[in-house]
Amino acid sequence: MNTTPAATRPRQDLEAIAAGLDRRAANWWSDRVARWLVTAGGVSAILFIAGIFVFIGSQGFEFAWNRLSITELLFGERWEPTANPPSYGAFSLLAGTAWITVVAMIVAVPLSFCAAIFVGEFARGRAREWLKILIELLAAIPSVVWGVIGLQVMGPWIQHLFGLQSGLNVLNAGIILGLMAAPIMTTIAEDALKAVPDSYREAAESLGASRWQVVRRVVLPHARPGLSAAVLLGIGRAFGETIAVLMASGHRLMAPGSVFDPAATITATIAAELGEAAVDSDHYQVLFVLGLVLFLITFTINLIADRIVRGRRRP
Amino acid sequence: MTALDTTFLPTARERRAHGVQAVVRTGFLAITLLLLVPVLGILAVLVIEGAPAMTPSFFLDKPQKLGAAGGIWPALVGTVWMTGVALVVALPLGVAAAIYLSEYARDTWLTRLINLAIVNLAGVPSIVHALFGVGAFVHFLHFGESILAAGCTLAVMTLPVVIVATRESLQAVPRSFRDACWSMGATRWQTIRHIVLPNSISGILTGLILVVCRAVGETAPIMFTGAVFLRLVPPETVFDRSMALSFHLYTVSTQVTNVPRAIPFAVALTLILVVLSMNAIAIAFRMKLRGRKKW
Repeated sequence: MNTTPAATRPRQDLEAIAAGLDRRAANWWSDRVARWLVTAGGVSAILFIAGIFVFIGSQGFEFAWNRLSITELLFGERWEPTANPPSYGAFSLLAGTAWITVVAMIVAVPLSFCAAIFVGEFARGRAREWLKILIELLAAIPSVVWGVIGLQVMGPWIQHLFGLQSGLNVLNAGIILGLMAAPIMTTIAEDALKAVPDSYREAAESLGASRWQVVRRVVLPHARPGLSAAVLLGIGRAFGETIAVLMASGHRLMAPGSVFDPAATITATIAAELGEAAVDSDHYQVLFVLGLVLFLITFTINLIADRIVRGRRRP
Repeated sequence: MTALDTTFLPTARERRAHGVQAVVRTGFLAITLLLLVPVLGILAVLVIEGAPAMTPSFFLDKPQKLGAAGGIWPALVGTVWMTGVALVVALPLGVAAAIYLSEYARDTWLTRLINLAIVNLAGVPSIVHALFGVGAFVHFLHFGESILAAGCTLAVMTLPVVIVATRESLQAVPRSFRDACWSMGATRWQTIRHIVLPNSISGILTGLILVVCRAVGETAPIMFTGAVFLRLVPPETVFDRSMALSFHLYTVSTQVTNVPRAIPFAVALTLILVVLSMNAIAIAFRMKLRGRKKW
């Protein structure tokens, strides 16, 4: 039937075949184009992260290289970028950031680990689902709302409880940041627990271990790298939080001496001063240098945490 | 008692282990609640203090006395604009990146670099995103301080959210679906377009909702890229500057004096309601999907 030479086939047939070929060509082209577009989308993530580095670096680099002493930036006590002569000692900002991050971790690590163990190992069925949803919703509360809570609710409480002049201090900001970081840390820690194979738990239980013995002797040691990744990411979170800290910390440009002192962080300083700094002035550029410092620190933290998580998944 | 009975009775050691376990379990439950209860309490405070001020006119009026009185209408409209721009930019880019990572990419250096970029993009502090927005969008691309610049900054920040949510749902589509389609002679793109994407639409919608959540709530990235303290007219083009809900909340609670206590609480409550309801929808989506999955 199909042995007729093409020349003797009816014309409509040929047109149908040609149309089919055309369509296949069109499909081939659309496949090509889609592939390029989609690859471009993937590459855009790289471009953005590189863009962040380049744009912030280019604004701050010249200033950091020529007119800023790194020792002054790291150890100088006085942050007075608008004074004459200006002084760019960010030690008090670094100290404030460190204090608040430490308090936040003291709050967040026990809370999130216990919550992760309870949700992952003890809770069952419906209770577990609800707890997970609640924790997820907690993570969604915007940071400016946390700031208002720190300012209007926690501030007065702390003020009355400890008899202070102001409730806006390291403790307030630390607790707020701890509560903010805890949900995400809980999720990551729970993932780490979930990654421990069930056969390990079953083996331990078949030897007569109670649930808690299984958790303490088998699951936790095995999940340790994942848990440390959770802490690292929590630190990154607390470190980079801006608005909530600006509102709850009291923002005083002096290194705090105790948790009841107000403090200023790197992030909050950028947020508070960028609006006032004239574009391309020294003050403006030094804020970009601070941004670069922040970027590099969080970049490193994320890299290490990612290494840990990925290293675990492979075997 | 026979020897058999005593064999199966718990030993003192086992009984002790059980007692410890009960105590530990209760302790963990208590601490988990310790995480949840204060927050629920704080939400209750927000509702009690803020709800009375949330009248229809509060939403539909312009602010007066720098925000110390009146409503939040321009800020609401501004937030919708900025979120819209963020969505328009982030969604196509993010979905494309997710399709690339899930459908095309093999384990090459490029894929690994993209994954690394996503992880880091998600971890960059919001104020650093703000600096990037100022440098790249406001000055370098000459958008000026505008809704466009603010929206683009938000888009860069929320890009990882879209990518991760979409990639997860794409990867949940079974491989056999693709195999069947390819064996019919479909191209890769036809397979994605007609088989993979329709089956993962819920993940993409989840990504969309999460972007809205982040974009509505973030303050730092828009502070210097397009949000203004006070602008009573709602914006008309993307090149206008505009008020925004989150920034308005920041200013009425820190910059303006003599604000009645109810106003910041009411604005905060509005923000929370938007964000939480959006998140609840996303969660419901996911649960429903898990319930009726065909494979």
